Amino acid sequence: MDDKKFHLLTERYNYMHDVLSGKNNENLRLLSSRLEELGRRLPLLSPAERSDALTTLEDLFNFVENKIEAELTPMDKVRIVRHPQRVCLRDILENVYDNYTEIGGMGEHSLDPAILIARAYITRHRGKHTVNQSVMVIGHEKGHGEEIRNGGSASPWGNAKALHYMKVAEIENIPIHAYVFTPGSYPVEDSPGAAQQIAKNLYEMSNIRVPVLAVISEGGSGGAEAIALADRRLMFSHGYYSVISPEGAAAIEGNVKNGGASSPALVEKCAEQLRLTAEENLRMGYVDGILQEPNLGVRCYHYDFMHHLRQEILRVTDEIVLEVRGIEPFRSMARRSRRKKTRVGLNMDTVHLRWELSSSAQERLVERRHKKFRKLSAKARVDPRNTWSLLKTRLSDFWWDFSSYIRYDLFRRRQQKISNFFGEIQSETTFFFKNQTAPVRRLFGRLLPRFGAKSSGEAEKQLTALSDWSETKSRRGNWAYISNKAMEDRAVVCPNAATHGCLDMWAPDLYGEFAGVCTHCGHHFPMEYQWYLYNIFDKGSIREFNAEIEAADPLGYEGFGVKLEKAKAATGLKSSCLTFEASINNIKLVVAMLVATFRGGSVGAAEGEKFILASERASKKRLPFLAYTHGTAGIRIQEGVNGVIQMPRCTIAVRRYIDAGGLYLVLYDTSSYAGPVASFLGCSPYQFAIRSSNVGFAGPGVIQETTGTVLAPNYHSVYKALARGHIQGIWDRREVSFNLHQAMLTMGGRNLYYK
Amino acid sequence: MDISALLEEIKASPYVESDIAVPHCGVVRFNSKLKAGDKLSGPRGQWKELLGTLLADIERERCLKNIYAREKGELVSINYELAGKFVEAGAEIMHVRHFMSRNEVLQTLLRHSLFLFNAPEKAKYYFVPNIDVKVKNTGAQSVSVHDGMELFIISRMKRETTLRYTGPDGVIYAVYFDAEHHVAPGQPLIGVCPPAQLGQIEDVFMRVQTEWPED
Repeated sequence: MDDKKFHLLTERYNYMHDVLSGKNNENLRLLSSRLEELGRRLPLLSPAERSDALTTLEDLFNFVENKIEAELTPMDKVRIVRHPQRVCLRDILENVYDNYTEIGGMGEHSLDPAILIARAYITRHRGKHTVNQSVMVIGHEKGHGEEIRNGGSASPWGNAKALHYMKVAEIENIPIHAYVFTPGSYPVEDSPGAAQQIAKNLYEMSNIRVPVLAVISEGGSGGAEAIALADRRLMFSHGYYSVISPEGAAAIEGNVKNGGASSPALVEKCAEQLRLTAEENLRMGYVDGILQEPNLGVRCYHYDFMHHLRQEILRVTDEIVLEVRGIEPFRSMARRSRRKKTRVGLNMDTVHLRWELSSSAQERLVERRHKKFRKLSAKARVDPRNTWSLLKTRLSDFWWDFSSYIRYDLFRRRQQKISNFFGEIQSETTFFFKNQTAPVRRLFGRLLPRFGAKSSGEAEKQLTALSDWSETKSRRGNWAYISNKAMEDRAVVCPNAATHGCLDMWAPDLYGEFAGVCTHCGHHFPMEYQWYLYNIFDKGSIREFNAEIEAADPLGYEGFGVKLEKAKAATGLKSSCLTFEASINNIKLVVAMLVATFRGGSVGAAEGEKFILASERASKKRLPFLAYTHGTAGIRIQEGVNGVIQMPRCTIAVRRYIDAGGLYLVLYDTSSYAGPVASFLGCSPYQFAIRSSNVGFAGPGVIQETTGTVLAPNYHSVYKALARGHIQGIWDRREVSFNLHQAMLTMGGRNLYYK
Repeated sequence: MDISALLEEIKASPYVESDIAVPHCGVVRFNSKLKAGDKLSGPRGQWKELLGTLLADIERERCLKNIYAREKGELVSINYELAGKFVEAGAEIMHVRHFMSRNEVLQTLLRHSLFLFNAPEKAKYYFVPNIDVKVKNTGAQSVSVHDGMELFIISRMKRETTLRYTGPDGVIYAVYFDAEHHVAPGQPLIGVCPPAQLGQIEDVFMRVQTEWPED
């Protein structure tokens, strides 16, 4: 017994040593010397003395742990979360739920050992009766450092499996408990693709019609979002939830390349600046509650915490259900009473509430979820619009709603019915008169040949002449906007010259007439976003809106404010997202454009809000919605979770737009990576790319570092993306206008104004 | 073909010497860090994604183009008189020497000593059953082939047809395919040599394997 106690103290010391990573040496040295001393003395002591000595040392450990707990830095918490002794999902299943069956996993014999799915139940009491309440538990399994678990990094197929069982839970009408223990998604592009699968998960989860509760211990960016779009999000007090790991942020800040390491001080500083702790996330509103852990974080022997966790997940699941079930005044009363009782220590095991939802409650649940995410990150952007202009926006929103309803729902449907009715009468009459007057017309035809054979030259030409591409699609090099690069008197080398034998091109030709396309191999050189603005859309049709919304520095990230101001001054833009209405061949559409020249086209709170507003505008005005990505490097890391939360927010907006019957098109250009592709871009059913662009989840360096495989140079090329099924087509830059027009005519839902 | 003599010839001069010529006209500048006798590296990496040593650059119409070493080797001489001058396309700016690798020597010997029978199309290839048994039991070198002999089965997309060997008579010295993988068109299936030369070839190959320094 005493030996076991001593062993546990040694474990506690090792744990502290790992967590502090060499810091706080004074306290650790004290513990180490006492432990060593006791280890030497222990065999010489009597049982009573031994017990006393161990109790004294245990008290000292508690004292030191208390002291260290108060001084924990964000990076210490990151180390706590990653420690093999930290509680993992299997421990939670064993200790929180009363019974469970793991689905599709037996150690390494699993589609993805990093994802654990279980059907579990919790036993509650209703008077003398016991009730087993089923839930679908989905989460990441780190397995206390087991190598097969990949540190909880879910592969695309693991996320696909998670989504599949969420849909099963939806069919079975049982709540989902999602446990997030991941440093990030495993960055491979193999089908279904890391980014595309996360996007699919977000898209589907936005409308899952059962209560979803997410509990976050380690929330690493996109990997966390893949299962954490939930009605309520709780967070472990020593957990972290961030857009990027502190090491990743430090590598970017310190410009570290080729697997090099940043200094520990810089990593520590980045962890501080990313505001990744539970308290910060609660303050910013990205989690709804904190689960207080024991000192220095929960480990698998902290059974009190497990009890607390059980009580909390029961309370929160009940709360989600109560919010949407029953009649509103009674619902509010029940919620109030439940909260009051919980405060006075109500044991949630002794109360029972059914978790099944009716279809109307399910609709309310989804609507509440959408509203919840819509409200987030409001303070993380600069919106200089005053009350009057906001009121004007509200009024015009209302007017669009109203006029669209009158024009398209009310009037056009009636009009269509009337015109269908008259159309049928007309065709019947024509058929009748044609039959009756046929002999007379034949006679006239014989007497006066011109009367019978009426032929137009145009129709004849259409039937007999070959179509001429140059007359239809080509602008014969007469572009409305010519790139500044065309003003330089120099030759340009095609990157494919060595393999394809392309000749050097003169810049004025290449960037002018040839629209930045190599005449030999068709390689597309990157062009400015203005080229697309002026050459794709009808002349003078662009009307920008919400230009006032400005990117900000919500976390006060060191040096970022200056960088942001520089980007604004250099580009003349206030954020990387440009939203406008335009038309192509007289078909109006709404466009959200991510501009690569503004901070690499990264997405933060301002960009997310502008994107959502654009999709809402497209929905209200019954217009097609195009997301044109001139280039994006991902989510803006300096905005922390304010940036990463745009992934579910924008995906929900897209889902609402598509469900309302719109057409959501995505067009990738140059390079598009990470968060945006793994959410609101990757969820579109119609994704296209301009030739020679790259699409993916993580850059080649990150993939090589994570997976240890050397990537082929064309790993992220759009042709590969097409072969993997991630995009639906590749377009020539010179034909984008024609192809978009064609897409608007042939694709899309029921609610487009021109259909 | 006297293969031993060929090997001696290669040993006497185990280099491939070549000139580096500019791809087009322009003003040439040499890499100032290079001098005659320096070692050069060719493209490296699994995908040859890392460029070789930078030798020089050439500028035409304000377009700067780098010239890199295409093979591992040694810089013999630099034509310094062209430095900073406008040169015509094809002007030789450097002379380099590439030390042949063990594999390259073997390939050269094979090219001169064996008759390579190539795959006509992309497919999986097998020996016909009786030859297959013989190869498995007693080795490929026990199989004699002659022109018009039915030797292979081509298998592709559930279609199996026989393929006849065409070429000089001899024994199979080397087999370059296996039943698991597709063979691209033009890739060798077998290498055939006259029975009398078999021992001599083996002896020479062994000498290369053991004596030739590693790459």
